[in-house]
Amino acid sequence: MSKIAVIALNAYKETIRDKLLYNLVIFALLLIGSSVILSTLTVGERSKIIVDLSLASINLFGVLIAIFVGIGLVSKEIEKKTIFTIIAKPVHRWQYLLGKYLGLLLILAVNLTLMTVCFYLVQLAGEWALRPELMMAIWLIYVELMVITALALLFSTFTTSTLAAIFTLSLYVIGHLSVSIKEFAKRIGTETAAIVANALYYSLPNLDHFNIKAEVLYQAPVSFARLAWATFYGLAYIAVILLLAGIIFQRRDFK
Amino acid sequence: MIVCKQLTKQFVTGLRQRKVLALQGLDLEVTAGEIFGFLGPNGAGKTTAIKILMGLIYPTSGEARLLGKPLGDVGVKQRIGFLPESPYFYDYLTAAEFLTFYGQLFGRSGRELRSRIDELLELVGLADRRRLRLRNFSKGMLQRIGLAQALINDPSLVVLDEPMSGLDPVGRKEIRDLILHLKEQGKTVFFSSHILSDAEMICDRVGILVGGRLREIGRVEELLGRLGAKTVEVVVAGLNGEAAARLRNMAVKAVVSGPSTMLVFDREERVDEALPVIMAGGGKLVSLVRQKGSLEDLFMREVAQERRE
Repeated sequence: MSKIAVIALNAYKETIRDKLLYNLVIFALLLIGSSVILSTLTVGERSKIIVDLSLASINLFGVLIAIFVGIGLVSKEIEKKTIFTIIAKPVHRWQYLLGKYLGLLLILAVNLTLMTVCFYLVQLAGEWALRPELMMAIWLIYVELMVITALALLFSTFTTSTLAAIFTLSLYVIGHLSVSIKEFAKRIGTETAAIVANALYYSLPNLDHFNIKAEVLYQAPVSFARLAWATFYGLAYIAVILLLAGIIFQRRDFK
Repeated sequence: MIVCKQLTKQFVTGLRQRKVLALQGLDLEVTAGEIFGFLGPNGAGKTTAIKILMGLIYPTSGEARLLGKPLGDVGVKQRIGFLPESPYFYDYLTAAEFLTFYGQLFGRSGRELRSRIDELLELVGLADRRRLRLRNFSKGMLQRIGLAQALINDPSLVVLDEPMSGLDPVGRKEIRDLILHLKEQGKTVFFSSHILSDAEMICDRVGILVGGRLREIGRVEELLGRLGAKTVEVVVAGLNGEAAARLRNMAVKAVVSGPSTMLVFDREERVDEALPVIMAGGGKLVSLVRQKGSLEDLFMREVAQERRE
């Protein structure tokens, strides 16, 4: 087994034995389940409410798991000094970092599957159609989680776990508003300010690429090209972030 | 096995970018098959030096080689075992899972790894705790599983940072025996400690680090020999008053307890002069012990000297 896989599986094992994960997952499942009850309170189409609430829950709890569990995997390991023995073993630092990242992606995949199954069961119980667009929306949520996890990992390489959580959470919020930055760049009079705003727009993640919930909700068609572009954008962004994280991690001292 | 040349580490701490020299020009050589004790008070820079050797931090200047290869060579780590100071481990793993994880990092697996784990758990006396999670381990047990972890790859060089700290006398003896056992197997052991009696008992050579600088290095007997003047402690019983008074003048220290008197002489010749007085005074010689200087004396002298500088 490769060293990356050993570290990834150990990270997976660590999280599976963590109570935090269970709390988050159980809460998400409860929320998806309760969307059935909430939907009876509305006059409109019940299925829309359920889809809307369920996708939002899957997204929100996925992000919470990515940030809080993700940061724990590297920052806490540096703070608790458990990393010392690993770095002293014949393992490259980048292998350690990549292993941790892949382990977390595995956790997220398992959790997302669990939440999706729960969501589909609710849909089936209500005899609503299982549209393929739902799967597309969930796939893009997963790509978004991969990006957020990469950011969490990047911050973990040089700051404390608390600060890393705050930074990642901020970037998550900014990432959904970054279109406004571009808009802002257009309206600004001076050229320098426009350049700065544009630079910000292109360096910050644009998480709106991964959000097709509205289209899914109102049954608007989602092209395959849109899906492919968003996936490509996500993977390219991740590659850059991981490279940066690897460089910082390689250079730092573990005091 | 280990060669350090002018190894220096400067830490920059706090907002004011205050510079702290943790290690200054460390020159050190550890040869194959020896037990080397790296001694010094807390904050002397022992852990800093070890962390540089293990690739956890980078030196500011100077260089070091492990098993003939420069630092950072991942291949060399295949043959090194390391136990960090007051080790923190994955407490969600059981003892067997923990060792399996480290074994896999060395590319080991299957039956070979399983039998190695059984062997190590037996060696460190944790065979009956293999299914217990590390979070339920006592400090002594953690130290022992940490040692097992350091030996999983059957290393030729074992580096231990404060392996005896925080352990009771029984635990310390167990670790000492283990280190001697490793030497018998032809391994080189490099360990840091501030427990001098332990080091004195098992080390071939020691280095004394104070304030980031190596103050002494050499064979234990050699260093103790350099301490010079040894004292002699004589205990006598049944002395008459006159003889007792004369002896008190000759000794540097005299303590009377009941019928016996303990006299400390600073030179051996003094004892030759004292013996006839004891006999004439009706005294009986109970014991005569030559006090060797200990590593502790040397250590204290170096620390005191460093403070004066």
